[in-house]
Amino acid sequence: MIGYFARKLGTYVLAFFLGATIDWGIPRLMPGNPVQIYVAKFQLQSPGAWEALNKLFTKAFGLNVPVWKQYLNFWNGVIHWNFGVSYTQFPEPVSHVIFSAVPYTLALLVPAITLSYVLGNRVGAMAARRKALDNTILPVGYFFQAMPYAWLALAMAFFLGAYYRWFPIGGAYAQGMVPNASWSFVWSLISHWFLPFMTVFLVSFGGWAIGMRNLVIYELETDYSRYLRSLGASERLVRRYAYRNAVLPQLSGLALQLGVVIGGNIVTEVVFNYPGLGNLIFKAISGEDYFLLQGIFLFIIVGVCIANFLIDIIYVLVDPRTRLSMQGAQA
Amino acid sequence: MTLEVDKLQISYRTLRGDVRAVDGVSFAVDDGEIMGLAGESGCGKSTLGNSLVYLEGRMKHAGGTVRLDGEVLPISDQRAMGRYRLKRVSIIPQYAMSALNPTRKVGRMTAELLKSRGVRYDSVEEELKRRIDLVGLPQGVLGMYPFELSGGMRQRATMVISTLLDPSLLVADEVTSALDVSTQRAVGEMLMEFRDERFVKTIIVITHDLSILAQVADTITVMYAGKLVEKAPAATVVGEPLHPYTQALLASLPEVGVRYEDAPLAGIPGRPPSLLHPPAGCRFGARCPFAFEKCSQDPPFMELRPGHEVACWKAVRDIGGTSVLAEADQPGTEGPAGPGAGSEVPAVPRPGAQLASPTSAVSPGPGEWTGQGTGQP
Repeated sequence: MIGYFARKLGTYVLAFFLGATIDWGIPRLMPGNPVQIYVAKFQLQSPGAWEALNKLFTKAFGLNVPVWKQYLNFWNGVIHWNFGVSYTQFPEPVSHVIFSAVPYTLALLVPAITLSYVLGNRVGAMAARRKALDNTILPVGYFFQAMPYAWLALAMAFFLGAYYRWFPIGGAYAQGMVPNASWSFVWSLISHWFLPFMTVFLVSFGGWAIGMRNLVIYELETDYSRYLRSLGASERLVRRYAYRNAVLPQLSGLALQLGVVIGGNIVTEVVFNYPGLGNLIFKAISGEDYFLLQGIFLFIIVGVCIANFLIDIIYVLVDPRTRLSMQGAQA
Repeated sequence: MTLEVDKLQISYRTLRGDVRAVDGVSFAVDDGEIMGLAGESGCGKSTLGNSLVYLEGRMKHAGGTVRLDGEVLPISDQRAMGRYRLKRVSIIPQYAMSALNPTRKVGRMTAELLKSRGVRYDSVEEELKRRIDLVGLPQGVLGMYPFELSGGMRQRATMVISTLLDPSLLVADEVTSALDVSTQRAVGEMLMEFRDERFVKTIIVITHDLSILAQVADTITVMYAGKLVEKAPAATVVGEPLHPYTQALLASLPEVGVRYEDAPLAGIPGRPPSLLHPPAGCRFGARCPFAFEKCSQDPPFMELRPGHEVACWKAVRDIGGTSVLAEADQPGTEGPAGPGAGSEVPAVPRPGAQLASPTSAVSPGPGEWTGQGTGQP
């Protein structure tokens, strides 16, 4: 068992290493020179001053050394929890910028992922045996599941936000409001949170419901279900077993789906100008903020690796067959 | 009689119409009897066996009755039938090796199954453990997952679970088919032991393998294209079969030590008829080397010798003589029951004409078949 998890952990460490390397390389392959953009903001007239400032910032950002050294410095920074300084929010360190955005992203992602997974599985399992539900919720599920996040977000923002004005759009709370512990502030937070949350929730929900419906139908036709029925077991027991076994592939699907949901969340935040990591990525790309971009991606890479590792552990707990294969691997 | 099946009809609903897989089958099984049900693939033997326990969605009860211990079984009513399952009727399914939920320990699954049937697990736990010993499984299996057991162990566990509440009728569907010969024998002996220990009153063993039935079964019933063709004590079916189909089945059994060059396997030329539109008259007629004019009528399933029932005009001619044949020809008697069988037959010669030389026709033994059978196109 320990050997199994050690191997899994090794895989994730390797994935993290490769991911971080790509993460380091990609901003450097982007066109444009961020230092020049930054220096240009000062609107200097004299070429000498321009030159001096250019040199200063190149050095400050550590871009004056050879690329391989930049790479080693990058890892050195990672180890020391130092991801550099943001260009766009100079001189704020990247880690501060990220941590001020993380709560918003988690507030969207965690409820959207867990609720869509739990409810989607429940509703899908019900649709597997109720024709009426199968003919109503599922087509709606297909509709939302096939929708690009950005499009659904735009539609939501347009109809529910701009046209009917049921929900405010833009930001995490009303403009001009100072965060405080009052009910009006909490209400402002919730009403701003609702539309981006619904966008991410609806797209995932349809996917889970459709997948679960098909899996449960399959499980209800398997030999063990037929056997239980032939022995007069209650339909409740048959369904309970079918649900339990159908959830297993959904769980590995969740691990695969995490990256997609995070990607969708990024676009959604951009559309609603929600101050989470997604919005920050958008700002970092437009401002050619290498370090910030690097830092956010690194954060996401770590998050996805940890989430996948957790799902691996849960999977072993719920599917006894994986435990057997682990014993086999050890022997 | 523990089990009495009367004119049972089971059909499969398909887009092209109803396929009558079991077409008016009548038989009875005694208390303590192990009845073998044999026939080739698609003859309806599994459908017949399954319909007595669990009628699947695509199966339809089209007529006839089933009585168990004198009580009519509501085989087409899932809810009512649910009360009988496991307690009065039970099955060891064809897929016994994959019948257990892969993510539940055997013992826990059994407990949950019993609970859903309103039986307390503790009340049968001791008996369960005794039977697990009896079939040669270690006690540990109850705490194991199905995938930790071998195929044979899983099958034995299924056998124990299926018979735990001492049903009157047990249907054993192809329980020996995927096993090697020595395991087949062990499973056969287990079935006999279940009967001897009175775990079950009667067993219907469904198989295509006549040799296993010869060892295990008290009586053998042979099915062909949805109908019964012959039923007799096992030794009689194997030793002196009357129906040409049974004879052909026996002749098709390979013999160890005989090489193909010396004695090619006989087989049965032709294919079984489609049950969507079954032919009028004897369903084996088209493949039967002995078919004669009379065979265009549906042969009745009748007792020609004590305890030996056959549905074959030739057997009637050979054994029953003129009286039975003539009687069967009369409308309104035991005669053809199939739809339109009587009316659509254009030219049936009078009984006297067929029986020109009744004494010359002697029922061929299995050996004789080989020569005649292979000669057929």
